[in-house]
Parts: sequence; structure tokens; C-alpha cells
Amino acid sequence: MAATRIDCDIHPAVGGTRTTLLPYLSGHWKEQVVSRAIDGLDLTSYPPSMPLAGRADWRPSNGARPGSDLAMVQKGAFDQLGSSHAILNVLYGAQAVFDAYMAADFCKAINDWIAAEWLSRDPRLRASIVVPMQDPDLAIEEIERRANDNRFVSILVLAQGETLLGRRHFWPVYRLAEKYKLPLAIHAGTQYRQAPSSAGWPSHRYEYYFVEAQAFQAQILSLIYEGVFGKFPNLKVVLMESGVSWLPAFMWRANKTWRGVRVEVPWVEREPAAIIRDNFRVTMQPFDAPTDAKSVEEIIDQIGSEKMFLFASDYPHWQFDGDDPIPPNLPKSIIDKMCVDNPLETFPRLSLAN
Amino acid sequence: MSEVIDRPLRDDEKPASSRLRIVDCDVHPSLRSTDDLNEFLPKRWQQHLKEYGSHLRTPYLFTTPYPRSSPLIARRDAWPPTGGVPGSDLAFMQKQHLDPLDVEFGILQVLDLFIFSQQNLEFGAAIQRAINDWQLAFWSHRDPRLKASILVGQDGVDLAIAEIDRCARTGEYIQINVSPRANEPLGRRRYWPIYERAQALDLPLGIHVGGYGGHAPTGGGWPSYYVEEHQSNAHTIAAQLASLVIEGVPERFPKLKIVFIEGGFGWIPSAVWRMDQHFERFRSEVPHLKRKPSEYVRENFWFTTQPIDEPDEARHLRSLIEWVGIDRLLFSSDYPHWDFDDPRFAFKTPLTEAERRKIFSTNARAVYKF
Repeated sequence: MAATRIDCDIHPAVGGTRTTLLPYLSGHWKEQVVSRAIDGLDLTSYPPSMPLAGRADWRPSNGARPGSDLAMVQKGAFDQLGSSHAILNVLYGAQAVFDAYMAADFCKAINDWIAAEWLSRDPRLRASIVVPMQDPDLAIEEIERRANDNRFVSILVLAQGETLLGRRHFWPVYRLAEKYKLPLAIHAGTQYRQAPSSAGWPSHRYEYYFVEAQAFQAQILSLIYEGVFGKFPNLKVVLMESGVSWLPAFMWRANKTWRGVRVEVPWVEREPAAIIRDNFRVTMQPFDAPTDAKSVEEIIDQIGSEKMFLFASDYPHWQFDGDDPIPPNLPKSIIDKMCVDNPLETFPRLSLAN
Repeated sequence: MSEVIDRPLRDDEKPASSRLRIVDCDVHPSLRSTDDLNEFLPKRWQQHLKEYGSHLRTPYLFTTPYPRSSPLIARRDAWPPTGGVPGSDLAFMQKQHLDPLDVEFGILQVLDLFIFSQQNLEFGAAIQRAINDWQLAFWSHRDPRLKASILVGQDGVDLAIAEIDRCARTGEYIQINVSPRANEPLGRRRYWPIYERAQALDLPLGIHVGGYGGHAPTGGGWPSYYVEEHQSNAHTIAAQLASLVIEGVPERFPKLKIVFIEGGFGWIPSAVWRMDQHFERFRSEVPHLKRKPSEYVRENFWFTTQPIDEPDEARHLRSLIEWVGIDRLLFSSDYPHWDFDDPRFAFKTPLTEAERRKIFSTNARAVYKF
């Protein structure tokens, strides 16, 4: 089916470890999960009942987690929001587990579950590979396991992990990402290893969600300044649920700081903003827009790229009301590109036969 | 030792008939050595400083976690001919900075000894007291253009209050400075007694970037490079703005004036849009907020301009200034640091005479009541 609108960020929900994932765990972890009652690994970032975590009309009436029911997701993400295809990004605690072996088996189970119960039941769906970044060796095993299944189109990591993503111990993951044309999808969410900002631990979810945008910014700088794109020039990085309107000022500041201090990172030979425009992409919900059309247009002009924007609803998260996920006042040229052309360019495996 | 090297001002750069003397909200004086503090520091703490030194949550005793881009982060031409460190010689500061740039008032921001980040709170308080006295004796009393701030460490709230009261009685200090990187975000209730006192005394709260509170500079962990850490300063300030607003500090202390120093201002519009965008979604979590975050930002907060953003297109800087609001901006140079902004050249977009007056003078004069 020809793609007319590709939603690059929707969220199926894991109901629970002892329910949803149990059939997909290895023998050892099946036994452990049952005998130790291991469950409840929902990420602290998204309490299921928090208004942001599920729009009212996308919540199952039986109280189950928003995004846990395939038929409802199909109705909402496709019928209501008008997408032809969508990329599933699972946000569940496997990525935050301290035990790397447990994390690896849980990630494998999540990917097997997604393949069996989502991808195989609806050909419009694609998915990101959930990987245990706690141990890059194990992450690589998981990527290799999915490499021949073109329905997996990207590698999903959280915006706040144990160390910044540019660090060299992650580079083997990026080598594979480049080899298999899998963009690195950095999604809002945290392992809770450190405070969300240098200010310390905030009181409110609202504040936490606000400062998460900064974690994306730190990841961009880390990936650039550690030299990841010098080593892997074709690697694409997608910022998911990061907010968008911070990009211009962030790029100005990055350019200015780089001009002043580039002697420290001589391998970075281009302005950060140029690297950002080439190698980074961003999903369009939330946009965090100013309220007037002129300012929105100006933000787009300041970002200076039509290629960076990817259509996304963030279903079932409550980012907007009504049936149109496209943020108001975007120029038509951007809307035309962000729905199909840009996603196909960013996720090359979307175009591959399954 | 370097002389000041600069070309003469062109006519259009001179303040001329409508002479605009500037208020520089960020000037860094430095100790020649910690011995300068001896006359203000009790023997017990002089001894402590000698034997134990600073106890910070950073790996090195005698330098910063990330090697800086220049010695003491200073301009290469800012080393005084007398041999001291940059910012330690008043006569040279006058000759190089205050006089040629026609600085009417300069607000002192002391960063020596990482006074805000001392883990031993009593030692920290003793150093803060000494530095507060030193600012008057070595700077304000010798050049009345230079204004001192009351430096306090907010993690020892009772010690901070005592120091604020001691200094405020002199009538010579123009703001209360706390750290942007302490144990907890600034909005947390444990710090509110400081804000209550600041409001009662009608002294603005100043927050200058820097310090080490123990938390990683970014939400993703510890970066490898100074180029990353430098940019994280703006993140810290944005996080503190959100903390203060969302915890309800301006709601609770509506007359409190809060000035963020050296965070720049490029990040402000999108931070405010983001807070407003998600306000409705999280409203049930923060019912204590009676108004949208942007309204508090417009009334209670000011931002110094350095390091100013340099978009490729001048019109983008213009939009940025309009989004932030010209009334919120206070000029700062950051003299004598390497990323200094020169008031003659920093704004690479046309400003009207009225706008220049606000940014370079009258906004600050209103906040600080000069």
C-alpha cells in the first residue's frame, strides 16, 4: 500500500511482565518472573493514569493501559488520525533494568511480542527495536537478531540513560545502525540514573517533562562532539517527543560555543548546526509552538531545513485535541514533506519489502 | 603583560549627545590570593582553608572538572600589568573596562573559591561572609560604580538568612545571590525563607551560572568536554526558571524580582512556549499555579544578555529579542572572561535608541533601583 502519511511515533503499551511478556521470555526468566513476582516495570516517566499519558478518547473503557489494545490503536491511529502507516515505539522498563541480562531478555521478549502480536496482525505497522543499552554487547546481539526483519526500522533508546550517547562504548551499536540503515531513535524517557538537570530532582512531573527537552540537547552535543558522525557519517538520529521549537536557539548557541572552544574537539570540522541539519530528525508532536502563525513560520525558517521534520501523533499521549496531529500554522511546504518524503528518507527500511 | 589594544571608536559608535552610560550586570572581580580574605575570616576558618581547603563535589582539588579554554577562563588581554590574575586589579579594570566603555554601574559577581558549592556549610558561610566584606572594602568603597551582592549558600538556609540580615543592615548591597547548582532545584520549599526575606527587603535574587551541586551537568549524564559543559549553563538556568515558576515561588512571593545572570536569552522563548503548552495537561498536578507560566516569567524574571546569540541572520536575533520582551533584558559583559560581550558590538541587529536605553541602562536601574 502506498504511503500517504507515516506516523513516526505511536506507543503500544505492555500490559505487564507476568501477562503480556511472559510467553516471550526465556525459560530462566519465565521462572524468575513467576517465582519472584517481577512486574510493574512501567517507566516512571509515564504513569498510565496521568492525563498526558493517554487522551481520554484513547483510553480503554476497562481501565487497561492506553495503547494496550490493537483494535483501539488501529481505530485511533489509522481511522481517526488518517495515517497510512505507523511506527511503534514501546516505552517499558526493560530499558531501565539494572541487571543487563534481565534487560536483554526483556528487550528480546518485547520485540518478539511486537513482531507476533502487532506487526504480524497489521501490515501498516512498523516498529523500533528495543535494546538493552545497559550493555552494548547485548544490544548488538538484539539488533543482529532483528536485522533481517525489515518491519523493524529503527533502534529505540531513552533520552536519559546511564551515560551520554556519544561515548565510545556505544559506537559498536552505531556501526550496526549504519550498516543496517537503522536510525537511532532517541525517545523521551529516563532510566532515572541521574537528576534530569544539573539543578537536581524536581518535585513535579510537569517540571520533569519540561526539562526532558534539555536531555535531547545534551545528547545532540554528545553525539557531535564525541565524533560519532565523523566515524558514522550516514547515521541518522531521530528525536522523538523532544519538542521542536527549541532547535533554533540551541543551534545558535552550539555554533557560537563551538567557534569559541573547537580547539578542544578538533575532529569536529563543521558547525554543529550543519551536522544537526544533516544527521538529526525530529518528530512533530509536541511542537511547543508559539501561538501566532508568524512566529511558527519564523521558527521553521530559523531551523533552516525542510528535511528534519517527521509527522507524528505521539498516540495515545495527549498532545493535541481533535483529529489532526499536525501542529497549527505550519507552512505547506513542510507539511508536504514531513508526512511521507522525510520519513521514507529517514527510515530507509520502510521502503524495503518485508 | 598586555596593554589594551583597541581601535578608536567611530563616530556612530560614540554615545555622543544622548550619552548612554551603561549598566553592566556581570563584572567579575578576583582575589589576588586567598590571603586577601584573612582580615575578614576568623582564624579558625583561615586554618581550615589551609589544612582542608575547599570540599566540592568534583574530582580535583585545584582545578575545574573540565579544563577551560583559557587560563582562568579569562580574555588573553585581561592579565593586569601588576602581575595579578584577571579581575584582581581595580586600576586595570577601570582602565580596560569601566572607563572606556562608560560603565555607570557594574554589578560584581564573585566566583572565587566556588563559594556556593562548599559541602561544609559552616565553612561556606564563613567564606561568603568574608567575600561579602571584601567586595565592599576592596571594590565598592574604592570605586562606587561597582555594586556588591550578598552571596549566600542556600543549602544552609539559617546561615543564609543571618548573612542576608547582617549585610542588608549596611544598605550597601544591591541583590542577594544564590547558586544555580545546589542540592535541590531552587523552587523547592526548603529555600523559601530566603525568598521571603528577599521580598521583604526588596532585594532582587541574583543567580549566576556556575558551581557544582553534585548533579551531572546534563540530564543524560556527565559530558566529556568543556564545549558541552559550557552550553549546559543555559540548561541549568532554564531548569531553575521552570523550578521556580512551577513550584509557585512567584505565585507565593509576587513582588520577588529574580535575575538570571550569564544564562543568555536565546532559550527563553521556547522554554516559555513549552511550559505554557503543557500547562493545561499538568494543571491538576499544580493547582497552586493561578496563571500561565509565561505570565510569571514576564513579571518576576529578568535575564542578562551575555553570551548573546549570534544567528546567521540578524533578523532572527531581532525576533528573539521581541519574543523575550525588551523589558526583560539587562546588558552584561562578563568581563574579564573569554566569552566577554562588548557592548558596542554584541547586538548584531539594529536597536532603536529607546531599546538601547532599556537594555543597557534603564531596565537594570529599575530592577536594582539605581
